[in-house]
Amino acid sequence: MQEHILSILIFFPALAAMLGFIVHKDSVRAYGITVAAIEFFLSLWLWNLYDPLTSGMQFMEQAPLVAAFGINYLVGIDGISLFIIVLSTFFTMIGIASLTETRRVKDLIITLLFLEMTMVGVFAALDAIVFYVFWELSLIPMLYIIGAWGGPLRIYASIKFFLYTFTGSLVMLVGMLFMAYFYYQATGQWSFSLLEWYRLILPFNFQLWLFAAFFLGFAIKVPMFPFHTWLPYAHGQAPTIGSVILAAILLKMGTYAFVRFSLPLFPDASVYFMFPIATLAIIMIVYAAMVAYAQEDVKQVVAYSSVSHMGVIILGTFAMNVEGISGSIFLMIAHGVVSGALFLLVGVIYDRRHTKLMSEFGGLASVMPRYATIFGIMMMASVGLPLTINFVGEFLSLLGFYKQSHSFTLVAGTAIIVGAIYMLSAYKKMFFGTVTKEENKNLKDVNKTELLALVPLVIITIWLGIYPKPILEPINNSVESIVQLMHDKAQTKEAQARIPNLGNHEATNSQQETH
Amino acid sequence: MLEPINVSLASLNITTLAPMLIAIVGALTILCIDLIKGGLHKSFYVMVSLLFLLLDLGVVIDFGNMFVKNGPVSGMFDMMLIDGLAIMGQIIIVAGSMLFIPLALTSKRFHEYNYPEYFALFLFMIAGFQFMVATDNLILIFVGLETASLALYALIALHNRSKSFEAAVKYFTMGALAAGFFAFGSMILYAISGSIEINQIASALAGDHYANIGYVLVAVSFMLAAFGFKLSMVPFHTWTPDVYEGSSAALAGYMSIVPKIAAFIVAMRLFEFLVHSGVVWLQVILYVVVVITMTASNIWAMVQTDVKRMLAYSSISHAGFVMAAILIGTTQSNTALFLYWALFSFTNLGAFTMLWVSRQKNLLPGQSSDHPFEKFSGLIKTMPMAAIMMGLFMLSLAGIPPFGLFWGKIYIIASAVTGGYTVLALIMALNSALAAYYYLKLIVFMFMKEPVVGYEKYYLVNASLSLKTIIGIAAIGTIFAVLAVNPLLKVITLFVYNSGY
Repeated sequence: MQEHILSILIFFPALAAMLGFIVHKDSVRAYGITVAAIEFFLSLWLWNLYDPLTSGMQFMEQAPLVAAFGINYLVGIDGISLFIIVLSTFFTMIGIASLTETRRVKDLIITLLFLEMTMVGVFAALDAIVFYVFWELSLIPMLYIIGAWGGPLRIYASIKFFLYTFTGSLVMLVGMLFMAYFYYQATGQWSFSLLEWYRLILPFNFQLWLFAAFFLGFAIKVPMFPFHTWLPYAHGQAPTIGSVILAAILLKMGTYAFVRFSLPLFPDASVYFMFPIATLAIIMIVYAAMVAYAQEDVKQVVAYSSVSHMGVIILGTFAMNVEGISGSIFLMIAHGVVSGALFLLVGVIYDRRHTKLMSEFGGLASVMPRYATIFGIMMMASVGLPLTINFVGEFLSLLGFYKQSHSFTLVAGTAIIVGAIYMLSAYKKMFFGTVTKEENKNLKDVNKTELLALVPLVIITIWLGIYPKPILEPINNSVESIVQLMHDKAQTKEAQARIPNLGNHEATNSQQETH
Repeated sequence: MLEPINVSLASLNITTLAPMLIAIVGALTILCIDLIKGGLHKSFYVMVSLLFLLLDLGVVIDFGNMFVKNGPVSGMFDMMLIDGLAIMGQIIIVAGSMLFIPLALTSKRFHEYNYPEYFALFLFMIAGFQFMVATDNLILIFVGLETASLALYALIALHNRSKSFEAAVKYFTMGALAAGFFAFGSMILYAISGSIEINQIASALAGDHYANIGYVLVAVSFMLAAFGFKLSMVPFHTWTPDVYEGSSAALAGYMSIVPKIAAFIVAMRLFEFLVHSGVVWLQVILYVVVVITMTASNIWAMVQTDVKRMLAYSSISHAGFVMAAILIGTTQSNTALFLYWALFSFTNLGAFTMLWVSRQKNLLPGQSSDHPFEKFSGLIKTMPMAAIMMGLFMLSLAGIPPFGLFWGKIYIIASAVTGGYTVLALIMALNSALAAYYYLKLIVFMFMKEPVVGYEKYYLVNASLSLKTIIGIAAIGTIFAVLAVNPLLKVITLFVYNSGY
């Protein structure tokens, strides 16, 4: 069973979702929680089985799908994908457990389980087409969640979300077909296997074009400035569960894909585009922070802060060294936990008051002390207070980029500090002062179900903030092998200089090993 | 004194005619049975037609086995040509027809199925299409085309609604014009090459190094126009939405698949050598037509208010997409054409059948067409299974993986990439994004809007066991297409490659 654990992990939720059609609608919530919990424990078991000292792919499975065209069902994980998979199963479980939606809850839970399949699939896929299949398939459940359970503008928001991402990924698909064609020209065989693509060394100008094609697909998903316009709508209209999954997991697909595809496949182009992309990332950080400050809706504040933090992740990724990339992957997980928690918290207050406008609140700290505490901790984590989970990631990402450019890092670092302003001011508006509105005087504090979802997140936030090693070490090992691979493949002088040589050739070999 | 002509029966290779003859005998049998005993139930005719088609398919598959062993066969003074294209074309034609004919078994009574002539015409039409693909003789192509088209006009008109008559007449006039173009084009080709067989025309033209390039261009223009009508390429597409709207959903679905594959095969035979001959003008024209067909029809489809008209425009766009394969003209692209069409036929059949099962006898109150989008709003709440099926077919048409059409789509785009048509590959990919919008529109109506009160009695009103079976087959074919792609690719590549395309 161990050798098939990834397939089980991918297809178990889908199978459970199909059987879920039969479950009666009064019991479907319990069913959803059960399935998601089993899935979560399976993923923990995967973590347990995972060998943190090996940097290459583990639990690989391969089966031919379209052998004549080189498409294989090829899955496997390394330290980079492992924790994002655990994060996905964890958030699906928490999301279903804290579900307050009452309209057509059966459809919603079945959709969430399908979504879980696509999320795990994306992060486990090592074949470009399999990756693409899950990548696209993840749009449909999200489209449905936003479109059917969202706010008044939900149809516009969901279609915008879908078409925007779909267009980007179609360009990426053409890029993938080109990659496969290059592989065909080089070896006489079609292949979409990522591990085999890693061995290709492409001419520089091809790298530039292909990098651009992949970049479009990934950047829209992240979303990077100026492709971010779908995100505020999607978050604004989505129900709580939709926002949580979107912010915690779906956005990570883009940044993860940068690490998995763009960097190792096109090292020279990545270095070539390093500063333009870093500029975009810094614009993202600063601009989104400013926009967040101007928001009146607390959910939009969280949404824009999430865009802002994605900028730091991109910056870390394009530092091209071990610190930066490891930091950005750690930050993906940290951001998932923190922004997911913040969206859940916004959902808590929305359920009680059916408004998200900050002007409607004020003085909540005295009415809902436990809520205010948890919100406070998460807000501190979001601004990157030391000893919280975000700090580790942000620090490492910036440290990584500091090695490439001091001035850029300085701007980004300052922007992050300035970013604290909007969070603190939002917190002040909502929680401090006197209770001005009559409706707010008798609000109930967080109940047991909500605590059940929020407390684990708080624990993770603090635990990994103090002691990040159990996660950081496996990530580091896998990142080292990617950086080494990039260094070995780099052709231009600049790329060779910017991507450090780790001199650890064992890691590279096991990275390229295929079964 | 004329010399007596001695032709040995063996050299005629009469068996090459067997598949068409089976269909024709089937049609005649139905007519004879009607003479002896009239008033039989439609299920009888459906099953008889199905049996003859099954025989037909069996013979074609047998030809396929022979082709793998011996290569192309010709017969009847080289009139018939049974090569890989002919065999695959016939398989798609007959198999598509076999899936279509059970759609007559609706639970409501429809006028046309009471006539045995409907089924006889249907079988004649199939024989016509089979002739069309199993030859490279321009005259026989013409005969096959006209046999099939005339039968098809009658089938449309038998639906017995004023819109159906309009559709039939419109299709007839356009078809007549196309036939004229075709005859004219053939005539010029004959004049400059002295032959009516496509391969001999090709070698004659290559022999004199396209000395009569002016005439070639005129002939190609006529041919392009003729096939433009038949394949509904822009700007010859204007009949398509009206004809689809006027005919029953079942027949519209059929028209979007079977007649087009027949026309594609002829277009492949005719244009392939011209594209490869380096006539740049033709490449440019084809390129422009392909791009405009894909893009413009996608844009028109966005503004439709009726699902059937939307699907009509979508099928134009798919035809443009596939026409790109002929433009690219490599073995891979020709393989992709067949793969795409085989997958498309399942999905499109499913989509049109979903319309057919919810077809009411009369128009909805306050609506001017049979299948407005509003009719499907909130379907997930009233009929979840139907909504999921329809959603599945829409997603497949939009090219969302892992459903059927996605695999055809990536294979065509990949063939554009390998063929050196990078920009075309990008245009094709971006067109999928355009198309996604209108397929999503139906999904939005079905899954995200509230049901319209009073419409629920029209859903699945026409469903019967056999129709549901067809939908089930189409859905299974769409979902599990990925498992079929590899064997399909292998067989198709073998057939296409060994036919020299």
